[in-house]
Amino acid sequence: MREILTVLEADAHASVERIATLTGIDEAGVREQIAAWEASGVIRRYKAVVDWDRFGDQRVTAFVDVTVAPERGRGFDDVAERIARFREIRAVHLVSGAQDLRVEVEGSSMKEVADFVAQKLSGIDRVTATDTHFLLRRYKDDGQLLIDPEPDQRLSVTP
Amino acid sequence: MTPPRKPFSQIVEKVPPSGIRKFFDLAQSMQGVISLGVGEPDFPTPWSAREAAIHALEHGATTYTSNSGLLALREAVCTDLAGRYGVRYRAEDECLITSGVSEGLDLTLRALLNPGDEVIVPEPSYVAYAPCVAFAGGIPVPVALDPAQAYRMDPELIGAAVTERTKAVLFGSPSNPTGSAQSAADLTALAALAVERDLWLLSDEIYDRLTYHGTHTPASSVPGAWERTVLLGGFSKSYAMTGWRVGYVCAPEPLARLMHRIHQYTMLCAPHMSQIAALEAMRTAQGDVEEMVADYDRRRRLFAKGLDELGLTCPEPGGAFYVFPSIRTTGMSSQEFAEGLLEQERVAVVPGDVFGPSGEGHVRCSYATSLPQLEQALERIARFIA
Repeated sequence: MREILTVLEADAHASVERIATLTGIDEAGVREQIAAWEASGVIRRYKAVVDWDRFGDQRVTAFVDVTVAPERGRGFDDVAERIARFREIRAVHLVSGAQDLRVEVEGSSMKEVADFVAQKLSGIDRVTATDTHFLLRRYKDDGQLLIDPEPDQRLSVTP
Repeated sequence: MTPPRKPFSQIVEKVPPSGIRKFFDLAQSMQGVISLGVGEPDFPTPWSAREAAIHALEHGATTYTSNSGLLALREAVCTDLAGRYGVRYRAEDECLITSGVSEGLDLTLRALLNPGDEVIVPEPSYVAYAPCVAFAGGIPVPVALDPAQAYRMDPELIGAAVTERTKAVLFGSPSNPTGSAQSAADLTALAALAVERDLWLLSDEIYDRLTYHGTHTPASSVPGAWERTVLLGGFSKSYAMTGWRVGYVCAPEPLARLMHRIHQYTMLCAPHMSQIAALEAMRTAQGDVEEMVADYDRRRRLFAKGLDELGLTCPEPGGAFYVFPSIRTTGMSSQEFAEGLLEQERVAVVPGDVFGPSGEGHVRCSYATSLPQLEQALERIARFIA
């Protein structure tokens, strides 16, 4: 059954018939399992991995390390959730190390991202410091290499 | 100028060139060919292994190694075989690192055969088996396996071909070109035959990790077989390392010692940087192997189903990355089919008769190519036979 997810993760477009062929599980079984996973949230949504740079979109992304003041009896959840609700925030992770949260911010310009960090993010209660790293180039994203594939150098017929 | 007049080696001159060559030349001259004729993975070598080799080159791994190969690599091979299949070999004197299974096979045959010794080669077989037997002074004895029995090595069939001169049975499992994998039961019966008639089992297990139903059974793991079995293995297919030319051979010490003797005077050692890459692959690329095998498995299902829908039937391939469908319903010979398909629809497959006369009526298709390419190839084949 895990195989169904592997196929879908590589190709969200894959039809039930195709998944059945590739996994050897019958079509009814595939359909049922996918419906069950959609209902339970194992499958969150279907997405395309887009190379926005190649499309020509001028997006600016920054990774921001956020330090949060610890407070007795409260975890990081409330601050993390508060941050996560902003439209500009693409991802929020609680990490080990010197900082507490690592968040991904996206905007249409450097100024927009900088303003968001300065005015919104650093102003949130118990956020004591931010350390912003602007993304310069993506080489691999979501497990997908964004650099050109290596050419197939095999001879066309070999033993 | 006086040209030399003395004849070349009679043994070599008698061996015909590989029938694959002709198709290679033809396919190379064409544009837009989808090739199902390639006997190697379409994945590049896992990056961890490549990166380790680059690092090793930067730090001077450009020398010979010991004749037997890096001890760490031999130990890793022996540990892996013991852990995965429960077959035990001593890294010190029962395991030799070779320049691929190709060299290992040559060493085995030369160390084992006396002139006129017969070696049974179940067919369809890998193209090099019979020629290598001949080069070593032996006589290859083909035995046709039955596609209706999924090319299993029926011990009765093999037994019927054994004579006083028979020294060994040479086979690959999983098989190139049929993709068939021999069952533990058949290997056990074959081992009993080998004990009874005093035969060696020369077992090419280069595709061991590419097994899709259950796990691979090494010939040397069945009762009675170890003392008379040579296990030939390598990194080319499992780890997508064909161009590195590195493999291994495991055999009981008395035979391994003689193989080592030939190797030390001929190859000296397998390439040093390739041995380092192979060691790194064993240590860190198991996840890559699992992903590649899962990918082959999906392609195998798609392609075998597609062929079946076209009426080109084949027993379900249990291993390697080949299917060997019958093309008899088309009324064409293997050569006609392969040539026609290449010329009209630009799909390269290998005619079955190059793997022995019993391969006639079949073609070998490799599914070591991307899903979109396989789907397009199926469309073209459908058009060709319509």
